[in-house]
Amino acid sequence: MLSRRTDLPLDADVLGRFLPWIIAFMVFLAVLATAGMFVLQDAASRWSAGVARTLTVQIPPPTGERILPPAEDPRVLEALKILRTTPGIVRANVLSDDRLASLLEPWLGRASAVSGLPLPRLIDVEIEAGTTVDAQALGQRLAEAIAGASVDDHRIWLDRLLRLLGAVEWVAMAILACIGLATVGTVVYATRTSLAVHRQVIEVLHLIGAQDAYVARQFAWRALSLGLRGGLIGLSLALPALLAVGYVAAHIDSELLPRASLSPLQWGMIAAIPLLASAVAMLTARVTVMKTLAAML
Amino acid sequence: MGFDVNDCVVRFENVGLRYGLGPEVLQDISIALTPASYHFLVGPSGAGKSSLLRLMYLALRPTRGLISLFGRDIAVTPRDELPALRRRIGVVFQEFRLLSHLSAFDNVALPLRVAGTRESDVQRHVEELLAWVGLKDHIHARLPTLSGGQQQRVAIARAVITKPQLLLADEPTGNVDDRMALRLMHLFEELNKLGTTIVIATHNETLVKRLGHPCLRVDGGRLVSDRPEGFLKSRGSAGDGHGAEPTPSPRTLGILS
Ligand SMILES: Nc1ncnc2c1ncn2[C@@H]1O[C@H](COP(=O)(O)OP(=O)(O)OP(=O)(O)O)[C@@H](O)[C@H]1O
Ligand SMILES: [Mg+2]
Repeated sequence: MLSRRTDLPLDADVLGRFLPWIIAFMVFLAVLATAGMFVLQDAASRWSAGVARTLTVQIPPPTGERILPPAEDPRVLEALKILRTTPGIVRANVLSDDRLASLLEPWLGRASAVSGLPLPRLIDVEIEAGTTVDAQALGQRLAEAIAGASVDDHRIWLDRLLRLLGAVEWVAMAILACIGLATVGTVVYATRTSLAVHRQVIEVLHLIGAQDAYVARQFAWRALSLGLRGGLIGLSLALPALLAVGYVAAHIDSELLPRASLSPLQWGMIAAIPLLASAVAMLTARVTVMKTLAAML
Repeated sequence: MGFDVNDCVVRFENVGLRYGLGPEVLQDISIALTPASYHFLVGPSGAGKSSLLRLMYLALRPTRGLISLFGRDIAVTPRDELPALRRRIGVVFQEFRLLSHLSAFDNVALPLRVAGTRESDVQRHVEELLAWVGLKDHIHARLPTLSGGQQQRVAIARAVITKPQLLLADEPTGNVDDRMALRLMHLFEELNKLGTTIVIATHNETLVKRLGHPCLRVDGGRLVSDRPEGFLKSRGSAGDGHGAEPTPSPRTLGILS
């Protein structure tokens, strides 16, 4: 790759063959971890934005002998009136019995079994984008007008979910930090070994009047070149893996699964990982060489 | 004579050296070499000649005593200033210590490149000098393909390419025939005339006699004689003893000018 005149027979040593593969592996893992982190961050922000725009009003099941359909229940009509006069609310829909039944189906089975049950009335409320509605105040107003009415703004559910996502993000970051440390450790070890192998040559360079930086530069350039080589291998292995995961995710029909697509900026950051890895390798090699040489006369 | 010891290129005072925990291989060495002096370093094998030179070219630190080079006490010279000192010293190692993965050209070019010389100048100087030591046809040969004597000439070329102020050579003519030995010595003479201080360790008594420079004689790790006339001045006293060889001066070739 980067061809530069060097005085050290660095290309001939075994490390040149194994360091790129280690770095390729590290970059592979780092790309996957980073992509995963981005998808989670996206999902978290999208969910909190989406959930913040909906409320659910709940009215206890009717108690009389005659059970009216939800849309005819006077308590529901009263609630709708209040909701429609509340600023910031775009839409308020009563969930029909059929819809309720279908929501309950996974737990309670066929719709017919559900139809006789006293079900709470649910009103799905959509809030205008960019505004907030004080759910607590609204709940109070509704409860005053209708006994037992309450407002659920999904905060508790959302908070738990976000906390979970946050924890997973931390894990991803910890993995990235471990990958970084492992890379640094590997480069330190590889550089030290290489220094030991080329000790004779380095000593001659020294006696000829080479500064430590002159020797360090040669190691640093090589680490950069090997790092780039490895980084590109790692990236080219990770990309198909990412695309495959994205493809599978796109074909699972689930609202809960985060959408596995990345923004151009995020793709850019992922593409920068091999560069970052080789920069780390270069810097590490330089520091290692300078430290080792400082112990020489 | 009013001579200031700080003007000495090399000064040793009661220097002792031991390798690890071994016995002292050099004891109570005191030397003062003036600018442009020329000495042979002689003595039996194992006497400590190479060790003495190693101290001079800063490959080793003495275990006791004081060493100063170019007027600087090396014990108190910061480590990052040593490369600059070393660049003023040319060394021909007894075992050559050439870089076997490089060509003859790149080996000789090394001291120039390390010092940051422009590549066009490197090219010119190195080719000229290699031609002068008789390696015109081997400029780009890889080191292992050269004979012992040829490698030795590469080592000598590497040592003199920067026109150092101090030239230290350890058995520089051990692997070449007498004619080539004399020719190489001629190179050292020319350098010396330009002001380079020279110390050559050798077993070659004929050469020592022929050139007539003062001798530093080591035996059993001690300096047994330092001819006083060599202490301050050696130039001129020996300059005419070797005129028999009709070799062209390296200076006329521009190598050493
Ligand atoms: N690296 C070393 N470690 C331990 N002892 C050493 C080392 N180098 C040299 N010696 C010892 O120091 C003494 C002097 O060795 P030195 O190489 O200086 O001798 P020399 O005069 O150069 O010999 P020769 O003429 O054979 O080259 C010897 O006894 C040798 O065994
Ligand atoms: Mg020796």
